[in-house]
Amino acid sequence: MTTHTFKPDMPPPRKSVGVVAWMRSNLFSNWLNTLLTLFAVYLIWLIVPPLLSWTIFDANWIGTTRADCTKEGACWVFIQQRFGQFMYGFYPSELRWRVDATVWLAIIGVAPLFINKFPRKAAYGIGFLIVYPLVAFWLLHGGYFGLENVPTSRWGGLMLTLVIATVGIAGALPLGIVLALGRRSNMPAIRVVCVTFIEFWRGVPLITVLFMSSVMLPLFLPEGMSFDKLLRALIGVILFQSAYVAEVVRGGLQAIPKGQYEAAAAMGLGYWRSMGLVILPQALKMVIPGIVNTFIALFKDTSLVIIIGLFDLLNSVKQAAADPTWLGMATEGYVFAALVFWIFCFGMSRYSMHLERKLDTGHKR
Amino acid sequence: MQKQIGTSRGFSLSDPRIRAWLFQIITIVAVVSMGWFLFDNTQTNLQHRGITSGFGFLENSAGFGIAQHLISYTESDTYARVFVIGLLNTLLVSAIGIVFATILGFILGVARLSSNWMVSKLATVYIETFRNIPPLLQILFWYFAVLLPLPGPRNSLNIADSFFLSNRGLYMPEGTMADGFGAFAVALLLAIVGTALMVRWANKRFEATGVPFHKFWAGLAIMLVIPALSVLIFGAPVHWVAPALKGFNFVGGWVMIPELLALTIALTAYTAAFIAEIVRSGIKSVSHGQTEAAHSLGLRNGPTLRKVIIPQALRVIIPPLTSQYLNLAKNSSLAAGIGYPDMVSLFAGTVLNQTGQAIEVIAITMSVYLAISISISLLMNWYNKRIALIER
Repeated sequence: MTTHTFKPDMPPPRKSVGVVAWMRSNLFSNWLNTLLTLFAVYLIWLIVPPLLSWTIFDANWIGTTRADCTKEGACWVFIQQRFGQFMYGFYPSELRWRVDATVWLAIIGVAPLFINKFPRKAAYGIGFLIVYPLVAFWLLHGGYFGLENVPTSRWGGLMLTLVIATVGIAGALPLGIVLALGRRSNMPAIRVVCVTFIEFWRGVPLITVLFMSSVMLPLFLPEGMSFDKLLRALIGVILFQSAYVAEVVRGGLQAIPKGQYEAAAAMGLGYWRSMGLVILPQALKMVIPGIVNTFIALFKDTSLVIIIGLFDLLNSVKQAAADPTWLGMATEGYVFAALVFWIFCFGMSRYSMHLERKLDTGHKR
Repeated sequence: MQKQIGTSRGFSLSDPRIRAWLFQIITIVAVVSMGWFLFDNTQTNLQHRGITSGFGFLENSAGFGIAQHLISYTESDTYARVFVIGLLNTLLVSAIGIVFATILGFILGVARLSSNWMVSKLATVYIETFRNIPPLLQILFWYFAVLLPLPGPRNSLNIADSFFLSNRGLYMPEGTMADGFGAFAVALLLAIVGTALMVRWANKRFEATGVPFHKFWAGLAIMLVIPALSVLIFGAPVHWVAPALKGFNFVGGWVMIPELLALTIALTAYTAAFIAEIVRSGIKSVSHGQTEAAHSLGLRNGPTLRKVIIPQALRVIIPPLTSQYLNLAKNSSLAAGIGYPDMVSLFAGTVLNQTGQAIEVIAITMSVYLAISISISLLMNWYNKRIALIER
């Protein structure tokens, strides 16, 4: 009997593996593709080398004044010198540790929520949501228990941007959920009120809302009662944002199969309990990515407070660039601000995509 | 006899119908009293400040200059005319932005799906960069960091002796009516009517006999030949005048002021990134089986794209695309950040400051935006109903 031994596999043809083959199929598969590749390379050559030399190789990194910027490229000295203003605005420099402490508290407080096996996560989360805003307000604003008062007119920079964005979303979430439930209600009067409210705020640009909150809100309130500028802006932002959150939540409510509503009713649950125990937990879980996306939009929109004269990150940069001792630094300033905004927004959008994959478990039949 | 469940006689709070009524009454009372509270406060506040409400101020003379007006305007014109100018400027920047953002967005969306690795990565980098930077920041960047530091008119960037880019804006050749204009307009009208008739005839023949007709090429021929004939016989319809440097600035020609230029570039770049994603998801939503089915029916690549893929992709693309258009129109209000005379900065800014008629001015501004967005969403609902898949 003869034994058959298989010959070892031949190596794949050279043309189908390796860098060359990859380039052949992805870059030069036909003449049009080749042309496009060459065009892309030309574009990169046009943009990237000057950009790199401006931002890094020819840039000025060391110094204290404008005179130290002798090289062709960017003058990052400007950013270094004004970094405190960009981050904290006019917050008194000896009290800035309070802002840092607020941020660290938030990071430490939120961290357990990302640990999968943390016990009683929901209870902890709710407790954190109740306690943290009070502590944060106390730390930032002061005025009680021995902390010196820092009026909101001195808040600014990235800190103000973060304050507006987080307060905006935290205020808009509950209001948005109520509005979404109202919009899907069977009671015509409530539905009409909610639809009108949502469509009104979604139909107007945020700028007009901010204008309104800064010039019309004082007229709406009883005489003698006045809010400070930041609070007025926050009210405008919350009302505006709640309409967008409501639409996202409505999407989640609509995606819950009817059987869930019927099952909750069959269990004898009333409206509030069926919503609170059955529908909303599922719906809200589904719309978390959507809510993160509206938060990204809100984060970008916070830059609009420049219009009503609040000094957020963008306005701080704009003011610093108009300083006569640093004339001509607009590009550096805006590039820096763009980078900060970009890091936040890009990071959040990646996170929202990750959540989308992670939460994409059920409901699809 | 079957007795209906849940209809108890008499008044009971546990009856859902009675509770529903109660809730609605409470809501309406709350909304109305809130409204009354605000209205009453406003009335008192206005009285104390000595502001008379009403729209009479629209008839007053404005008394300030405007950098860009599409209709004639002098300082003695009324606030009502200022409002119209602001509205037109908003519509102008929105229209330009929408056209360019759509073109750029479609190119980028297709590029991101390209099989060419380099092209798709470039498109990805563009999209991820521009959509994650606030539009206002982009506007300020283009205005303060790029356009204003440009050289003055005397040293402006000269493109082919007809386009001049300086810190006063972009000067372009201006078209004026020439002798052949009337004839050209008539010829264009004829060409459009002719193309429409041709398409109708071709469609009828196709339905009756199944014989296809090269509608596109025939239409193109009609649209090119008839106007070209008119130009040959009656002369050019438009006479182009290039801007000329006189003294410290240019004379003649159309100008895009730097504010408009910055706004257009930034809004286009920002919105195009979103449109590209919409286009990409629209094209990807058409399953590959559709392409294979079309190929197996004997359609080639071109007709497959035109008759099978694009119609189905458009169904997914158009609704979010319109909402992006709406966003662009709303974002054009960011013009207030650089002082482009759009409706918000002109009317809700300058006019409000001058007259103090906060409520009227804001109400007018908001209702314009509301009118635009409600009419577009009505249009969208109608379109969605028309193209919705009729499922079995």
